[in-house]
Amino acid sequence: MFLQAVEDPQSFQAEHINRLFNQFNIAAACILLLVVFLVIYVTTKYRRRHGDDSEGAPIEGNRRVEILMIGFPTVLLAWFFYKTLAVSSAVMPPVNPSRQPDIIITGHQFWWEVSYPRNAGTPNPANSPNYVITANEVHLPVGRPLLMELRSADVIHDWWVPQLGNKMDLVPGNKNYLWLNIRRPGDYIGACSEFCGQQHAWMRIHVVAQEPADFARWLDSNARNANPPADALARAGETLFQTRTCAGCHRIRGTPADGAAGPDLTHVGNRSTILTGLLTTNEENLASWIDHPQEIKQGSYMPTFMFSKDSIKAIAHYLEQLK
Amino acid sequence: MGTTIKIPEPSAPFPGLGVENAQGLLQWISAVDHKIIGVMYLLTSVVFLVLGGVLALLMRVQLAIPMNHFLHPEVFNQFFTMHGTTMIFFVAMPAIFGFAVYFIPLMIGANEMAFPRLNAFGFWLTFFGGLLLYFSFVAGGAPDAGWFNYAPLNERNYSYNHGIDYFAIGLLVSGIGSVATSINIIVTVLHYRVPGMALNKLPLFVWMIFVNSFLLLAAFPALNAALAELLLDRELNAHFFNTAGGGSALLWQHLFWIFGHPEVYIVILPAFAIYSEVFQVFSRKPIFGYAFVAASSVAIALLSFGVWAHHMFAVGLGDTVNSFFGASSMLIAIPTGVKIFNWIATMWGGKIHFSVAMLFAISFLIEFTIGGLTGVAFAMFPIDWQLTDTYYVVAHMHYVFIGGVISGMLAGLFYWFPKITGKYLDEKAGKWFFWLFVIGFNGTFLIQHVLGMIGMPRRVYTYPNLPWYGVLNFTSTFFAFVMGISILLLVFIMRRAMRHGTPAGPDPWNAYTLEWATRTSPPPLKNFEDLPAVTSRRAWWDMKQQAVNPHPQTKNDDPI
Repeated sequence: MFLQAVEDPQSFQAEHINRLFNQFNIAAACILLLVVFLVIYVTTKYRRRHGDDSEGAPIEGNRRVEILMIGFPTVLLAWFFYKTLAVSSAVMPPVNPSRQPDIIITGHQFWWEVSYPRNAGTPNPANSPNYVITANEVHLPVGRPLLMELRSADVIHDWWVPQLGNKMDLVPGNKNYLWLNIRRPGDYIGACSEFCGQQHAWMRIHVVAQEPADFARWLDSNARNANPPADALARAGETLFQTRTCAGCHRIRGTPADGAAGPDLTHVGNRSTILTGLLTTNEENLASWIDHPQEIKQGSYMPTFMFSKDSIKAIAHYLEQLK
Repeated sequence: MGTTIKIPEPSAPFPGLGVENAQGLLQWISAVDHKIIGVMYLLTSVVFLVLGGVLALLMRVQLAIPMNHFLHPEVFNQFFTMHGTTMIFFVAMPAIFGFAVYFIPLMIGANEMAFPRLNAFGFWLTFFGGLLLYFSFVAGGAPDAGWFNYAPLNERNYSYNHGIDYFAIGLLVSGIGSVATSINIIVTVLHYRVPGMALNKLPLFVWMIFVNSFLLLAAFPALNAALAELLLDRELNAHFFNTAGGGSALLWQHLFWIFGHPEVYIVILPAFAIYSEVFQVFSRKPIFGYAFVAASSVAIALLSFGVWAHHMFAVGLGDTVNSFFGASSMLIAIPTGVKIFNWIATMWGGKIHFSVAMLFAISFLIEFTIGGLTGVAFAMFPIDWQLTDTYYVVAHMHYVFIGGVISGMLAGLFYWFPKITGKYLDEKAGKWFFWLFVIGFNGTFLIQHVLGMIGMPRRVYTYPNLPWYGVLNFTSTFFAFVMGISILLLVFIMRRAMRHGTPAGPDPWNAYTLEWATRTSPPPLKNFEDLPAVTSRRAWWDMKQQAVNPHPQTKNDDPI
């Protein structure tokens, strides 16, 4: 439990890196011990005795010792450089340009847009009924190599889930790729690892790794359009959502709301947390978020609206039942 | 009315702070004497050290417990930006220049720097650069995009207060001062050495600062260009780095790190320079492998311009680029790491005096080895892909900067304080300071390696209550305060020494190099009346052995 994360690799990539890291740590520990031993030995043996004001031995160098001092670390580093190249090519093999990514992650200040281009190639995939787009909670299948494409909508972000291996920056104007081969189903946490502004701390990642069958079921269920509102309060909430400014920034598929600046809310009720892990998803938290967003997550782009308490309750109720 | 105040020549090494009759304070301000400018550099460094330290402690309070609300996130981001910028540009750099401009003329037997007015100009640019940067706090908000200030977060559309403009202008101003001082140092070393002091007889301190000045001269233009471009972006809507306007976010990173990685060596080489003197004097032995220590500094200087992209292994530059910079970063570890063994070998067979300066030098050997080894881990870029931008990096670079640079400056302080002021820093209180500092430092940062490995990114103002996060962060904060208290103790020790410290005499450590050959401590305004030609690397030691002593009262004679 103690050394979780990096020392508990759960993907092919993380295992390779972890092995290299452990080998290096052993070598590093030996070198550190050697230095500590030498320092203790020298400072004990050659400490000045009281009243001894003489000079030390005038040794100005020793060719053999100097060659050994340079030669040994050079050989050691050459070996580790070879290991580095081997691990690097295993973890990040080149990407065949015709290979479609399995998942596209787009970084925003301060949330993750997650899309699964099942119909990659359609002109406007977001409007295609089969296209799944969600936010922050990243579902992935285990047991097969996945190609992730990483983009940014604004500043530089960085994808990092320590148990799943290497991190990669999301650079505006560039597309980056990452290979991922998850070993076991489970929940893995990570965080944005490139400083991206005021709420960099609350740009956390939640990966839900699933057996392929479970993942396929999840994907199908998320390809559906949003549930119609179930009761009168939810209906009122939907009307408010559509007629006030909410729909300008958020998308709810199956309704006219088609904004892309904020997270997709089509199935927000299914996600375990909102605001990248800051709050659990429930009606109460949704309501307080809509009521005073700048107190909960200062510096996020969600503006403070002048809604009445009743309106907030209706919208929160509507969103919560979008399962 | 109409009278002009005659600018006074300094009449004493410490002119005091009086404002009447154009004395005291005005003597400091108008000084071109390299020793007074050196002292002003060092005082600037101490003041900014306290400021940067307070910022660090406030951040540690915010991070002491999970989900803390002590600091607003925006304020936290301003603080870590200012902490990094302050410590690099206004603590490390002035400390380096302070020791350099004070001791280089003395160590090469010169009476002044080559360009005394340029020397003063360089100092005042550094000083006012720092003031400009801190003025941002009252001008609407400090810079908040990190000392590395990545694009496009540093652009107006993401950072709309004027903090980053002050950052750019403040660093440009102080950067020009740094370039001026480097030119001054190079010319001084090349032109004003005492007869007989060939380049292979230079004290290692002078050698390494000399090499370092070339490094600085080559590195700073990249930063200055990047800052100028950033100002054009922000003030005139250019788009060098603004991706929304077709600029490149990565261009900033390349320019910044072409400066930024050499900068790491720019601050560590002078510390190496100080250790090289301290190990010799307190082991009573010449350095082991003079030629190697000097030549490896040149190797580090050259290689340091080929390693910058190891800060960018996670931006997706591809295999070829990563492999090149991984190899070069491993290569630079060799000349750096081997020096550790040179210093150990210097102690071998010596008669080691455990002065406070020597204690800092010895603790450096172990702390810097830790920082160096974790540095090699980052050169192995798959490991970097896991650990970069986590607390593992925070731990790594504080082991390099505090264990390496700051410990070096403190060793230099305890070693040279008697020469600069004529008084000893109390060795007994100094040892208390040493142990508090070393325990505080290691307690704060050693466990941060673990925090990085369990997934805590750096530059976060708070964190969720995950297993071990709370207890490790709290421990780190506790020891940060131990370090903070040790710095207070240091300031107290310095004040007490200035007021009623034990007089040190001109050569308290029975040292080897020419700065101790001056008639008095502090040295007279004219450093040397005359010096005999130098015949070895330990010029002052030779003079004492051959009894061609320019001040015969030195031996067995308390000057007071």
